[in-house]
Amino acid sequence: MTALLRIEGLRVEFGDGDAPLVAVDGAGLSVAPGEVVGLIGESGSGKSLTCRSVMRLVPRPGRIAAGEIEFDGRDVLAMSAQELRDFRAHDAGMIYQDPFSSLNPVYRIRDQIAETLRVNLGVGKADARAQAVELLDGVGIRDPERRALSYPHELSGGMRQRVMIALATASRPRLLLADEPTTALDVTTQAQILALLLRLRAERAMAVLLVSHDFGVIAQVCDRVVVMYAGHVVETGPLAALYTNAQHPYTRALLESVPELESAGRRTRRPGIAGVPPELTEVLPGCVFKPRCRHAQPGCEAISMALEPVSEGHETACPVRPFAGTGSAPTARAGAQR
Amino acid sequence: MTDQLPLLRVEGVMKEFGLRRTASERVARSAAEAHRAVDDVSFALRRGEILGLAGESGSGKTTLARCIVRLIEPDAGVIELDGVDVRAASGPELRELRRRMQMVFQDPYASLNPRMTVATALLEVGRVHRRPGAENGEQFVRDALERVHLGPGIATRRPRELSGGQRQRVAIARALAAGPEVLIADEPVSALDVSVQAQLLNLFGDLRDELGVAILFVAHQLAVIAEIADRVAVMNRGRLVEVGETAAVFGNPQDEYTKALLAAHPHIRLSRVAS
Repeated sequence: MTALLRIEGLRVEFGDGDAPLVAVDGAGLSVAPGEVVGLIGESGSGKSLTCRSVMRLVPRPGRIAAGEIEFDGRDVLAMSAQELRDFRAHDAGMIYQDPFSSLNPVYRIRDQIAETLRVNLGVGKADARAQAVELLDGVGIRDPERRALSYPHELSGGMRQRVMIALATASRPRLLLADEPTTALDVTTQAQILALLLRLRAERAMAVLLVSHDFGVIAQVCDRVVVMYAGHVVETGPLAALYTNAQHPYTRALLESVPELESAGRRTRRPGIAGVPPELTEVLPGCVFKPRCRHAQPGCEAISMALEPVSEGHETACPVRPFAGTGSAPTARAGAQR
Repeated sequence: MTDQLPLLRVEGVMKEFGLRRTASERVARSAAEAHRAVDDVSFALRRGEILGLAGESGSGKTTLARCIVRLIEPDAGVIELDGVDVRAASGPELRELRRRMQMVFQDPYASLNPRMTVATALLEVGRVHRRPGAENGEQFVRDALERVHLGPGIATRRPRELSGGQRQRVAIARALAAGPEVLIADEPVSALDVSVQAQLLNLFGDLRDELGVAILFVAHQLAVIAEIADRVAVMNRGRLVEVGETAAVFGNPQDEYTKALLAAHPHIRLSRVAS
């Protein structure tokens, strides 16, 4: 299987070159054509920076200090300004958490989409306007002719995100980077947006890299999951393997922290994760999760954080394997109820 | 337990806001269309229980929470704390009611004064409400922090030196320093990562079980309410559409809106949305 997107050894730094603050440290992942990959982690884990690195949109003064990013065999980090422009216009689209700040408040929706079509695809003015309405229809906006004439503030959050998706996928990119696309939305709207992403994926064989902090969202749409903590990828694998047989203590602790509707009426006590993630200024030797890990052992300060295979497509950065042989079925969720 | 008097009784509470929807309406200052943010809401909060208030954004849950402590003045209805009429109170009487009903907000960074150390913020509450023990500053602060499982070392720090979870604990400690019987917590865990959220939920449970504080717990995440609340009230477009024991409402919802909300909730169980 050749990957559509391949990231290897990605390092994103802030601060001055002699004593840089490392926000992403040796992160790697791959996305196959048509695959939906979830990138999950808590705030500050580096998941958004990893996602933005693909578009070379790391906000200044951050910089990509090392690593490889390959899209369909092309080196994204080596692209010239013109190549990068083409890449962003045709090959990859991106949507963000807050669709309101991504849309220009003084332009009508139709004109914003038409501008994208004219600049990126060279479509004529009248055609672009007509296509804008079609695109709105394609992302499930009702009464698209009328909505096309609206300004962003006249639309609901869900509709704005639909507009963003229409914009990002106008040139039929093979990869959509979605950075917390439903975090600002209500659950009913969230379900609609996720369904829309899955429909576009099915219709166009479009791959999606979905960044989220919400395991519920990831569980609904992803084929594979990549878990990040403190700038490192700590575990990656097929959705089912991760949910039922997580091998990294961080992944397990995170899964055990997620509240469930099924607990309704039972007084539930989840352990959470003691302590706080390391600051960027703290450089920890060995495993970055060791200070908060319930399974830490002598020697953990000397491990490399390299991913090691567990099974087909399932890798973990924890060589201790405290859960090896504990079976697959309910392990990740067991023990949460008091 | 069921026949005991409720600690907080809310009946027929109503709040309307004038809403000028378009720019031309605003320019013309035309008569504002009334938007009923809270519409004839009645419920009771019992002693020592956590009542979850669920609903989507714009459903009126925050407006309702603020009406109860009169951060927003309701237009109509009855609000009674332990038999005392909250809407009729003023001056020292209102201050005392507010001492007994404390709020915790979603964003602890916005609700804590960035220039005050943790100790100063906690002591101010003790002084304003003349709490017993407040004259002995250090001990008062230590006790307040201990109630939310924080060590005394953080007393000298300012909000920006704290993590999100620590900040919210400090905001809760500040609310508790007033010695309240009711906590009104408006999305208190929504801004936190799940690993921290789990610990905060445990803390809210402890406050109920150990201090006997009654908590109105506003949240949009149904799973959070499922795990923390004894009873749940579901709000939609300003109205309470369903109230009941958490297990009953979530296990067997009666209202169409509650059903839709539950159906849309992302399960961590492996299930896909229909595409």
